[in-house]
Amino acid sequence: MKLSVGPVQYFWQRQQVVDFYQQIADSSAEIVYLGEVICSKRRLVKPEDWLAIGRELKQGGKEVVLSSLTLLEAASEVGTLRKLCSNDEFMVEANDVTAIQLLTRAGKNFVTGPSVNLYNQRSLRLLAEKGLKRWVLPVELGLDALQDLQAQRPHGVETEVFGLGRLPLSYSARCYTARSHNLPKDDCQFKCLDYPDGRLLTTQENQDFLVLNGIQIQSALTHHALGELSELDALGVNVLRISPQSAGTLRIIEIFDQARTVADTKPLAEELLGLLPLGACNGYLLNRAGMEYDNPEAA
Amino acid sequence: MELVCPAGNLPSLKAAVDNGADAVYVGFKDDTNARHFAGLNFTDRTFEQAVHYAQDRGRKIFVAVNTFPQPGGFKRWEAAVDQAAEHAVDALILADMGVLDYARERWPDLCLHLSVQASVTSAEGIRFYHENFGIRRVVLPRVLSVSQVTQVIRESPVPVEVFGFGSLCVMVEGRCLLSSYATGRSPNTYGACSPASHVRWEETAGGTNTRLNGVLIDHYDPGERAGYPTLCKGRFQVGENLFYALEEPTSLNTLSILPKLWEIGVSAIKVEGRQRSPAYVAQVTAVMRAAIDHCLDNPEAYQPMDRWMKELSDVSEGSQTTLGAYHRPWQ
Repeated sequence: MKLSVGPVQYFWQRQQVVDFYQQIADSSAEIVYLGEVICSKRRLVKPEDWLAIGRELKQGGKEVVLSSLTLLEAASEVGTLRKLCSNDEFMVEANDVTAIQLLTRAGKNFVTGPSVNLYNQRSLRLLAEKGLKRWVLPVELGLDALQDLQAQRPHGVETEVFGLGRLPLSYSARCYTARSHNLPKDDCQFKCLDYPDGRLLTTQENQDFLVLNGIQIQSALTHHALGELSELDALGVNVLRISPQSAGTLRIIEIFDQARTVADTKPLAEELLGLLPLGACNGYLLNRAGMEYDNPEAA
Repeated sequence: MELVCPAGNLPSLKAAVDNGADAVYVGFKDDTNARHFAGLNFTDRTFEQAVHYAQDRGRKIFVAVNTFPQPGGFKRWEAAVDQAAEHAVDALILADMGVLDYARERWPDLCLHLSVQASVTSAEGIRFYHENFGIRRVVLPRVLSVSQVTQVIRESPVPVEVFGFGSLCVMVEGRCLLSSYATGRSPNTYGACSPASHVRWEETAGGTNTRLNGVLIDHYDPGERAGYPTLCKGRFQVGENLFYALEEPTSLNTLSILPKLWEIGVSAIKVEGRQRSPAYVAQVTAVMRAAIDHCLDNPEAYQPMDRWMKELSDVSEGSQTTLGAYHRPWQ
């Protein structure tokens, strides 16, 4: 099973992004997804900068994929997407059907991200005929659905599973980070920069529940599949995705890298928990509510 | 501009037809549609009656098969498509690519609409479904401003339907997993958001707590009217503030912009609420019918009547309404 680094979901300072990918260049991850997937107003790293980062990573031996914006609203966003999809250097991860249409019309192979709804074999087959090379299992599907899907997976299509990160749960026209500062989206003052791992939302009982990340809502808990690695491997999953967080991502990648080869992952699981901002969940993989956590290592 | 109204049962369907709906949309009694609630939707027998009642009166009937089947259940979605097609419904409202592919292959002449659950917000995205499945209409998610809807209509290869009234999804439809994160069941997988099976109303000395699978969605002081714990409409803490962090309990209401929707070329206005009562369907259909007729009769002079606004507010979540994403400052 290969390891991938998913696109950064958050709005980071430009230097933080540059530093992050310099670290990733030396990591054990084989695949790196690059680009802004949440908000078109986040422009500290420009499209040409992403290409430059991609070229460096590629020279260092990484497979590089450019990720597309998830929710498209303005015509200008479709224009930017058009340019992305016409690049001849890197494969594109389509995070919306708009990107799939542009890529298939151009005759290009592509990856689909977690927000593209591929829930069954017939959908997969349809896209496989159009150039789908890899797909990310929708995060709300578990091992049961994965097993059925893997049994009928079209030839030549790789399967990737969201292996670690705060879960991408929803997207809206509204910017929730701006709203939490009583600001409209059009005057957001780039408040997302203050929350490199998103802004926490708790219940009235102080339960860490969700995270606001601009127009996206994430889980407050970090989903991880360390306890299910052997099952995923047995099901023929090709790639496990690590979604970046502002600190500790490099070590997390190394933990998953070691877990690929060692039999006893318990010490690794303990260390992993210490690296997560607020605790873990894995319910989705176990075919349950996503927020639940069942740690087989602790059993 | 066609008026498309919801029906969760036969009395609601009759209410929609009798009060002036041009089309009524329904679903079957299982997880193949996005209003999979206990006691709701149509069996073989009631479905047949529904089709006759609508079509005999010159109205259309649409069937929503708009959730996302997993491999183990795909046959159920095929059966739903077949059942609708065999009754010669006027359109099927589909979301999943695999189901669209099946419907296109098995029933090539059937009129297909792209459900809001397909989550398509651009003309290029619409083109994908038009070229691959021959869809003849698209329902847009409630995330676009009026100017963005205008742009999509200008470039779309098929007519565009938008939401005109009803409970407001604040997340882009088809890509919201908040409900399954908390309960294991989402609109995509199960056809329900914040399902009643996981709701708990807790009376305490300090008031009422509403919970979803144990998660406190809201707390109401004694005397405060408690609302259903829809996950995105609870009060949560963010930083120093306790507030409706995602959205208030409110419904979408487009009466004030009907002439604009007509002018930009909207083909159909959809009313949300298959889970609501026949009385709701009757009232909302009657108001929307009157408003659309007034609007089409003389768009320049059109003004929403106070009486209409009040009647719609009375059946709205939290008794308040909003223009939602159509109106930029909401975003």
